[in-house]
Amino acid sequence: MLKGSVGLIALSSLLLSGAAFAQEKIKVGVTATLEGTYTVLGEDGIRGFQTALNVLGKKIGDKELEFVIASTDATPDSAVRAVRKLIEQDKVQILLSPLSGDEGIAVKNFAKTHPELAFVNAASGAQETTYVDPAPNFFRYNMDGAQWQVGLGKYAYETKGYRKIATVGEDYSFIYTQVFGLVLEFCGAGGQVTNRQWVPLGTKDFASVIAALPDDVDAIYLGLGGADAVNFLNQYQQAGGKAHLMGGSIMIDQTILSSKGSAKNALVGTLAASGQADTWDDPNWQKFVKAYQDSFPEAKRFPSPSLLATNYYDSTMALILALRQVNGDLSNNQAKLKDALAKIEIDAPNGKIKLDANRQAIGTNFVTEVVDDGKGALFSKVVKVIPNVNQTLGYDPAVFAKIGLPSRTVPECKKY
Amino acid sequence: MTKFIERHPAWALIGIIAIAVLLWLVFAIWPPGLEAAIGRKRVFLNAVFNGITLGGLYFLVASGFTLIFGLMRNVNLAHGSLYLFGGYIGYAVSTWTGSWILSFIAAFIGVALLGVVLQLAVFRRMEGQDLRQTMVTIGLSIVFADLMLWVFGGDFYQVQTPAWLIGPIQLPLLTAVKSSGEPVYLQYPLVRLVIFVASVVIGIAMWLALNRTRIGMIVRAGVDDRDILAATGVRIQLVFVLVFALGAGLAGIAGVVGGTFQSLSPGEDTRFLLASLVVVIVGGMGSIPGAALGAVIIGLAEQLGSVYIPTYAIVVTFLIMVLVLAVRPQGLLARR
Repeated sequence: MLKGSVGLIALSSLLLSGAAFAQEKIKVGVTATLEGTYTVLGEDGIRGFQTALNVLGKKIGDKELEFVIASTDATPDSAVRAVRKLIEQDKVQILLSPLSGDEGIAVKNFAKTHPELAFVNAASGAQETTYVDPAPNFFRYNMDGAQWQVGLGKYAYETKGYRKIATVGEDYSFIYTQVFGLVLEFCGAGGQVTNRQWVPLGTKDFASVIAALPDDVDAIYLGLGGADAVNFLNQYQQAGGKAHLMGGSIMIDQTILSSKGSAKNALVGTLAASGQADTWDDPNWQKFVKAYQDSFPEAKRFPSPSLLATNYYDSTMALILALRQVNGDLSNNQAKLKDALAKIEIDAPNGKIKLDANRQAIGTNFVTEVVDDGKGALFSKVVKVIPNVNQTLGYDPAVFAKIGLPSRTVPECKKY
Repeated sequence: MTKFIERHPAWALIGIIAIAVLLWLVFAIWPPGLEAAIGRKRVFLNAVFNGITLGGLYFLVASGFTLIFGLMRNVNLAHGSLYLFGGYIGYAVSTWTGSWILSFIAAFIGVALLGVVLQLAVFRRMEGQDLRQTMVTIGLSIVFADLMLWVFGGDFYQVQTPAWLIGPIQLPLLTAVKSSGEPVYLQYPLVRLVIFVASVVIGIAMWLALNRTRIGMIVRAGVDDRDILAATGVRIQLVFVLVFALGAGLAGIAGVVGGTFQSLSPGEDTRFLLASLVVVIVGGMGSIPGAALGAVIIGLAEQLGSVYIPTYAIVVTFLIMVLVLAVRPQGLLARR
């Protein structure tokens, strides 16, 4: 169904571009994971994007925005293929891409081969994308995986009294970055991370992974997303698992909390951290939730926007506002637009966002706990809000550089 | 068996020692040195059980595939689509009626009917043209994948496990003894055991049907030489339709099983097509016992691999396939 509609959008935009329109268009290419393990995440990302268009409109002065959507499957090569197709075939002038961590690193590197175009990251959250050798034309308005874990380690150690935890995560850059943020803070507070298990993205049978979970720990941290997370929970329930759980930013998210079946109930009470909290009472957030709910019929959306919807919303918002600042001027290799993108501060639904020297977001983070609303729907309830989280997580940049880049074994569990 | 021992005494000895070691690993309480070296016994036992139960699922998919190939020499590359289609039918029926058992029956009948249509409308028209059939089935699998994406979307579905199957049961296998002397037994998900037993029952039933009934005799004769069989006056087209329906129906049942302990989403079709190809290549094209052996080997390799060498787990399966192709290219239990 989605592929069909994506095809239709692509087709209609092609037809439109061929038609004799007097009005000048600005063509923007969008990618989302509309295939594979992260399909549900991609679909909600696109919903966030459409919500932004509904709220802000498509007019830039006397020009109008036009979009071409391409599908990826969370692998870096699929993202580069999609972006290349958008640039070479559809002749887009601006990119809003990509969704997933490994895709982000690949698209950032690809962006260097097209220095004249502006790339606005849609939702990807690997640290490396903007931290190592950033591309001058790549802008990221969402925080990275490590920033999204700020507050979690300390809260788990101090408030919950967890001392020893183990982690299970998908084996790729975004989850490395999430575990990086968690381990750094939890071990810094004095906790121990005894075991880190990595499973390939798209794992279906978790039974042996579940059996190998240690039982002498206070909690188990899950860094999974999409179909993987649902499969894990389903099999965890079948195996009768009862440990305390902690969750990453795409694990404790509406994409999982609204999944069908009863397996998700294992998550009630789970501690997590993310760039948003479903039940935050900030008026700006509430307004966004309302706009999201009003944009789609109830059966075609989640009860509340997922992190991906929020990220796509924020990125689209930043792009539209920056384009309006320069009145749609894309001359001189988009120099004015790039300048505006780098300087813009947006009043996003999930807190104020501005960019650092690497064009990486500094924003607000939320520690949350999963609650049942009494009618069987699960939401993340905010327990702590941490403003102004930067990419070095408050560490001195020199100290931060010594920790190393997120990987299966980095960082070590110690105080830096 | 005795013949094998007489002919290959060295291999037989190695086999017996391997089985003895495996039995000891399963039943004995591991000494601390061994636990330190390769981890806890609970993890090992779970991985072995998971491998065998996963093998049960692979067997369900691959047995239909191998049966169709054996009789009709038709590599049906749309077999994965039949699996996924069965899963979706199962999901729809189980949410609609609330009955898990009924979803199996519906999936079997629904997919078997699709198989009949495929055989009558497609394969019969291009009998004996292997390459054309293969290309057509690839094309069909792409068409089916897009049709299912259109109807069910990219969302992932799970067939709801009935309440009486949720949770673990205790197996009479010791995993450890606590310092207080209290024995710890293995906890294992009930649903996987039930599914495994069901696939064993289906496997035995198929073996009996093939070896003890008249229709089985006809099918076996068709596998050996279908031209002579047709010449004897057997209505071979009817046999083809029946076998295709059975093979497709089994894939449909497998879809419900897969939807119960894993999940259904676009892409699962190619994953299970690949799995059944590997299983059938390892076990031997056209052989039901071969599919069973291949399924258990691949299941065990995947699960033990994911625990002991997680980074290279995906490679292990293909290494086994390469090894079999190099040493015994016709497959482990192929007859010719």
